[in-house]
Amino acid sequence: MKKLLVLFIMAVLTVGSSFAQNKKLPAVKLKTLSGKSIDISQIKNNGKPIIISFWATWCKPCKVELNTIAEDYDDWVDDTGVQLIAVSIDDARSTGRVEPYVNAQGWDYQVLLDPNGDLKRAMNVNNVPHTFLVKNGAIVWDHNNYSPGDEKELYKEVLKFAK
Amino acid sequence: MKIKLLLVLNCIFLGQYFVLSQSDENNVDLGTFSGNIQAIAQYYQEDTLINAALPEQIMGFNGFTNLNYNRGNFSAGIRYESYLNRLEGYPVTFTGTGLGYRYANWKNEDLDVTVGSFYEQYGSGMILRAYEERQLGIDNALDGVKVKYNPYKGIYLKGLIGKQRHQFIDGLVNGNGLVRGFDGEIDFNELIDTLADAKFRLLVGGSFVSKFNDDNTTTDYILPKNVGSYAGRIGMRYGKFRFNGEYIYKINDPYPFDQDERFNYIYKNGEGLLLNLGYSQKGFAIDLSAKHMDNMLWRSTNVSVGPTDLMIGFLPAQCKQHTYNLAATLYPYATNFFGEISYQIDVLYKIPKKTILGGKYGTSISMNFATAYVPERNFIDDMNTSRNSYQTSLFSMSDSVLLQDFNIEIKRKINKKLKFNINYFNFVFNDDAVKVAEYYKMIYAQIAVIDLTYKINDHHSLRFETQALWTEQHKGNWLFGQIEYTFSPHWYVAVLDQYNYGNAIPEQRLHYALISAGYINGPHRFSMQYGRQRAGVFCVGGVCRAVPASNGLTFTLTSSF
Repeated sequence: MKKLLVLFIMAVLTVGSSFAQNKKLPAVKLKTLSGKSIDISQIKNNGKPIIISFWATWCKPCKVELNTIAEDYDDWVDDTGVQLIAVSIDDARSTGRVEPYVNAQGWDYQVLLDPNGDLKRAMNVNNVPHTFLVKNGAIVWDHNNYSPGDEKELYKEVLKFAK
Repeated sequence: MKIKLLLVLNCIFLGQYFVLSQSDENNVDLGTFSGNIQAIAQYYQEDTLINAALPEQIMGFNGFTNLNYNRGNFSAGIRYESYLNRLEGYPVTFTGTGLGYRYANWKNEDLDVTVGSFYEQYGSGMILRAYEERQLGIDNALDGVKVKYNPYKGIYLKGLIGKQRHQFIDGLVNGNGLVRGFDGEIDFNELIDTLADAKFRLLVGGSFVSKFNDDNTTTDYILPKNVGSYAGRIGMRYGKFRFNGEYIYKINDPYPFDQDERFNYIYKNGEGLLLNLGYSQKGFAIDLSAKHMDNMLWRSTNVSVGPTDLMIGFLPAQCKQHTYNLAATLYPYATNFFGEISYQIDVLYKIPKKTILGGKYGTSISMNFATAYVPERNFIDDMNTSRNSYQTSLFSMSDSVLLQDFNIEIKRKINKKLKFNINYFNFVFNDDAVKVAEYYKMIYAQIAVIDLTYKINDHHSLRFETQALWTEQHKGNWLFGQIEYTFSPHWYVAVLDQYNYGNAIPEQRLHYALISAGYINGPHRFSMQYGRQRAGVFCVGGVCRAVPASNGLTFTLTSSF
């Protein structure tokens, strides 16, 4: 029975990883803070990696993560050409709070609004924060949750895919 | 038998692997699967002191698996749900195991067609919002057909028809009512080329949503079977200024309300207005919002159902959604369906870094003030004729307060290792109207929070959180303490205690201690929690669910692939 279980898990992992290699960024239209519609799969960043980070104004660890990255973001961009897209899942109750927060914190990220969770669903996000690394339209790495120090892991991956 | 099974399994998995890897090499697109899993299992223990929930089957289990397939322009997916049995506090109409959601979708750049289950939002959602808020047990997905069409640059059209998800009994159970909607939006800066980079931006939209339902449990009144509503919205910005507004109007749509005859089956038209004006620049933002809402309950059935069932529209509460435990779960506010007038102001300021006040890294201050009042209602004596019951006018409010919430947060990084966060909250909460705390009188409360994060090194950090709540009403004073240790990127462990030392009843001056630990690996997360949880109200986006007191062990697994 144990053997069976082990084999089963191995098989699932194999299939799982083969799925993961194939995962592409879904074509979902979102709005920028100024109301422009953008299809997320069309953001290219010249072949450099893109970080997509799901957050909300009511999510404390999300804000800690994005504020921590913001401290070093200029260096990240200079050294790797990475672009960060912060996707807010705030709904009508708090979408109005997104832009003031982003500006007051002085974030230089591209911010997109996903008020009814269309992209969140398309990218199979269970809860925020959830951070993806995308290269040439394919998801190459992702991480759920945020603990201080996780940004170092993320940057390691960015460096790996910046080459 | 085992060996046979093994072989079959391996054939299936290896076969799939072969096919998929082949697709990589030959660039034959066979499509991709993706999905996620969430499973929560809770084991309940007896705890008579807190009157803890103890179901007959001793444990509760909620499970959700989404599986999506995508190939080129085509995608399809299912969600398998299990409530075996539902966790305590979830709607009683969630039972069994089966498919709760399934859809197929085809889209290209201009056209997007979905059949089956779907979610959607028009404007701010007041007129239509089909959404899922799993933690609250809310899922009013529509089941039918949805089309989105982009005929010309800057012009966006949407149409839909469907029935709403109502219950889950070994599978999706839809309500009887039909929902039909149309929405159009024009982005002038996209439509007119010369405005593409203009400082002034303009977005105009409008929606029409109607319902049809035959449900009727009264013989006293003739209920309208078709009810229509329409809404218009505008979004403008000029440089750093921004203005958004949406108005909704709904024709007569009577609902039963036994508690108060003045609101029982009234034929008054409903209306709502949301206004938001903001200015923001780097380091500073100010935001003002105002809301008038009257008689805007908007469901696809006119009979009595569960509080969050079959809602077509979403009425956002206009106040901050708090995250600190005592502030978030004791006195949360949700919009009053009968009507309210509310105002809110937010001011955010970041004291620049390398200044005396700002310190080395800068200091963030955010202040928020929100109020909600009962509208001024002129009751007219027409309950035997037209049953409009009362008259109101836009933004005319009575002096009866529903909520007043003032809060301020100061956030500062001292050095590379230490960060702190101080919060103060002042609440006036009319539980006679809101009824969330089940105290049914006015509650005046103050809360203070100190939150410290100490970074031991790149991977290890400690967080301390202390909260105190002072009130003479309800359950009196509370103290809260939490210590959390995280080891990035994989582990965390936390201990917390809530102590109701100020309870008027000495036997109820209880400790609610909880220990939790978790393991995270990429998109996979496993956590467990043991201890006593007090009864409280859990809210997401202004919609709340009462969670009963419980004691026991909870396992949670979330994963995406």
